[in-house]
Amino acid sequence: MRIKFLSTLISLLFLIFFLVLFKGLKNPNIYTPSIIYEKKIPNFRSQLFDSTAEINSDEIFIDDKFYLLNIWSSWCVPCRYEHEFLINLKKEQNLKIVGLNYKDNIDNAKNYLEELSNPYDILISDKNGLIAIEWGAYGVPETFLIHEKKILKKIIGPISYDLMNEIIELTNL
Amino acid sequence: MASLIGFYSLSFGVFTSLIITFFSVKNFKSSKIIDNRILYFSFLQFFLVLISFLGLVISFINSDFSNETVFNNSHTTKPLFYKITGTWGNHEGSLLLWLLVLTLFAVIFIFKSKRQPIRYRILTLLFQQIIIFGFFIFVLKTSSPFNYIYPIPNEGLGLNPILQDPALAIHPPILYLGYVGSSIIFSSTLSAVVLNYISKEWAAHIKIWVLISWIFLTLGILLGSIWAYYELGWGGFWFWDPVENVSLMPWLALTTLIHCILVLEKRSILNSWVVILSISTFTLSMCGTFLVRSGILNSVHTFANDPERGLFILIFLFSLIFLSIFIFFFFYKKNSKENYTLFFLSKETSIVINNWFMMYFLSVILIGTIYPIFLEVISSERISVGPPFYNKLIAPFLIPFLFFMAIGPQLKWIKSDIENKIYLILLFIISILLSLIIARNLNLEFLLNTLIIVFSFYLFFITLRNFLTKKYKNLSQNLAHFGFSLLILSIIFNNILATEIITNLKVGETFESKKYKINFETLSKKNNQNYQSFVGKLIIENSEGLTEVMNPELRIYNQPNISTSEADIKTGLFADKFMTMNIVQNQEYFNIRYQNKPFMIWIWFSVLLITTGGLISLFKKKYEN
Repeated sequence: MRIKFLSTLISLLFLIFFLVLFKGLKNPNIYTPSIIYEKKIPNFRSQLFDSTAEINSDEIFIDDKFYLLNIWSSWCVPCRYEHEFLINLKKEQNLKIVGLNYKDNIDNAKNYLEELSNPYDILISDKNGLIAIEWGAYGVPETFLIHEKKILKKIIGPISYDLMNEIIELTNL
Repeated sequence: MASLIGFYSLSFGVFTSLIITFFSVKNFKSSKIIDNRILYFSFLQFFLVLISFLGLVISFINSDFSNETVFNNSHTTKPLFYKITGTWGNHEGSLLLWLLVLTLFAVIFIFKSKRQPIRYRILTLLFQQIIIFGFFIFVLKTSSPFNYIYPIPNEGLGLNPILQDPALAIHPPILYLGYVGSSIIFSSTLSAVVLNYISKEWAAHIKIWVLISWIFLTLGILLGSIWAYYELGWGGFWFWDPVENVSLMPWLALTTLIHCILVLEKRSILNSWVVILSISTFTLSMCGTFLVRSGILNSVHTFANDPERGLFILIFLFSLIFLSIFIFFFFYKKNSKENYTLFFLSKETSIVINNWFMMYFLSVILIGTIYPIFLEVISSERISVGPPFYNKLIAPFLIPFLFFMAIGPQLKWIKSDIENKIYLILLFIISILLSLIIARNLNLEFLLNTLIIVFSFYLFFITLRNFLTKKYKNLSQNLAHFGFSLLILSIIFNNILATEIITNLKVGETFESKKYKINFETLSKKNNQNYQSFVGKLIIENSEGLTEVMNPELRIYNQPNISTSEADIKTGLFADKFMTMNIVQNQEYFNIRYQNKPFMIWIWFSVLLITTGGLISLFKKKYEN
């Protein structure tokens, strides 16, 4: 009797463990240390998305506006999830959205934008993922809010409804 | 070509797994002698995985970028040594290595267990085969190292420069030998429970595996720590990073297991301890794999962020846990001797007390590591657990822990008196006096630190005396405990006495403080095979006028284009001098960080002493003969 009780109890305990970890898997990258992002943005040169011309980061981030650098890719599933929020953010007057197309096939990326519509004001491509490394990105999607060449906020993983509102609030201060 | 052979070889390996399982079940039902086919196929399985692994290594050496793993992690300009070690410097390759060691250990087990009962051997192999099969499917299904890409790229993406370090090159294989060794302990324990074979004989036989896993795990952790110190440039050796913690947890369980196995071998008690610890050691190793590979945690080690992989390991891990729970509750019979009474003054009592302390340390680390995940899931609140949590919860309990470590080995089995009372008390007084003198000179403000120093010295002196009086008796235990006291002392003095200066300097400038004068003399540029480097020349002058030249380095790798800062470390017998240099964006200033870290080398050395203790024990026929 006692053994039965004990074994059920322990099994239950591990079942709870399992469920929690299972659920935890759904939102990976949960551990983000709370660093104040007043860091300067890195300088880089990159190719424009649909031409072979190159652009300097200085030409993209001009001082007084707010910029959102969004790292995305057509193969990235959570990117689809955050897409509607990016479309919403596009309506913001003093926010420009810069899309960094990460390690992607150009045709797939174009199809992706056609299918879901294009939220980006400027599109640059990062064929081999080096620019993402310079930004210290962990993966795709990842988003940086930039003002006066400084990173105000870094979002690891897809933008959610709450995060979208937070961005709107920050840009309207 | 090589990766094609590798792929087919790996796929055939799965079938050998099924064949071995089939023969084992058949053999288990009707057995007088072990079926030779099990042996042949186990060997074949190992051989196939070995071919597959070599196939990957050759792909890496030839820079065959049609292989996705090679493309993602290698580059033609990489030195040959790092091309080879790059094989296991990534998720796919490291899992293949894991599988290789698993199959190798299964073969070794067959040869090493000849004197054991046949049914026990077969059942162990059967459990081992379940684990091997799980890993086969995992590798093939979610992380195949042999994915083909077309068109073939001309150049690979390169191995992360921070992984290009000799200590890190051998760190994964050594650590894996430890982790995987615990799989044999796991399988063997389950089969011994089913067959009711938890006994002195079994303890003597499995002890070797416990010791081997423990030695490799210890060395693996040591190498990881050395890498973090020399390469990461943060100036520390242990950061309580979740991934460090998941290697420390199985180590704690394994260390406790060693002590329990010895008691089991000697007195036939503590059976339940042994069973539960054996199961948890392997489960914790698997749990580590899950946490690292699933991307559920963010840390320096997180390479893969593929939820499918995480899901597979999670399900596999919990299947093994439920299997163990089932076997434990339905087959485990308590030994009649298990209703023992422990006399309060005996060796086994002190072992049991320290077992509980170890379990406490283990729980603290476990909670610190997985609690943030639970909190996030339940309340979507994010927290990070840092060193202060671990230090505050672990440090105070080191005091009684050290005390029992010192006293325990002086006692006899079953029932004893305290012998040599005078020495024990005398040494204690000496330790107190010595610590007080140190505390006064260093102006220690924390009582806790002083107390830890007292008890570390106590352990230190007692073990030292044992070397002199007992000579070779119990040498392994004494050496390990001596090493531990040295380790705690080095860590504590390292913490207390470390000094640090952070400043921004440009070439030609001088920084002055009370203790040091730092002069930034020159900066020179060098070109190397796959990186460019800037080497600074700085002259440190301390208050006594002694000078030292430090050459911290900045490296800019070509592929991937990452800059790393190579610390210049001058290792000395009593202190390390540590300097890093970083670029300050868009300015001619460099950020200079100088640290003086006492007793660093003693930390590595004392861990080596502890390991040597284990090694000696391995070569001894019987414990306390």
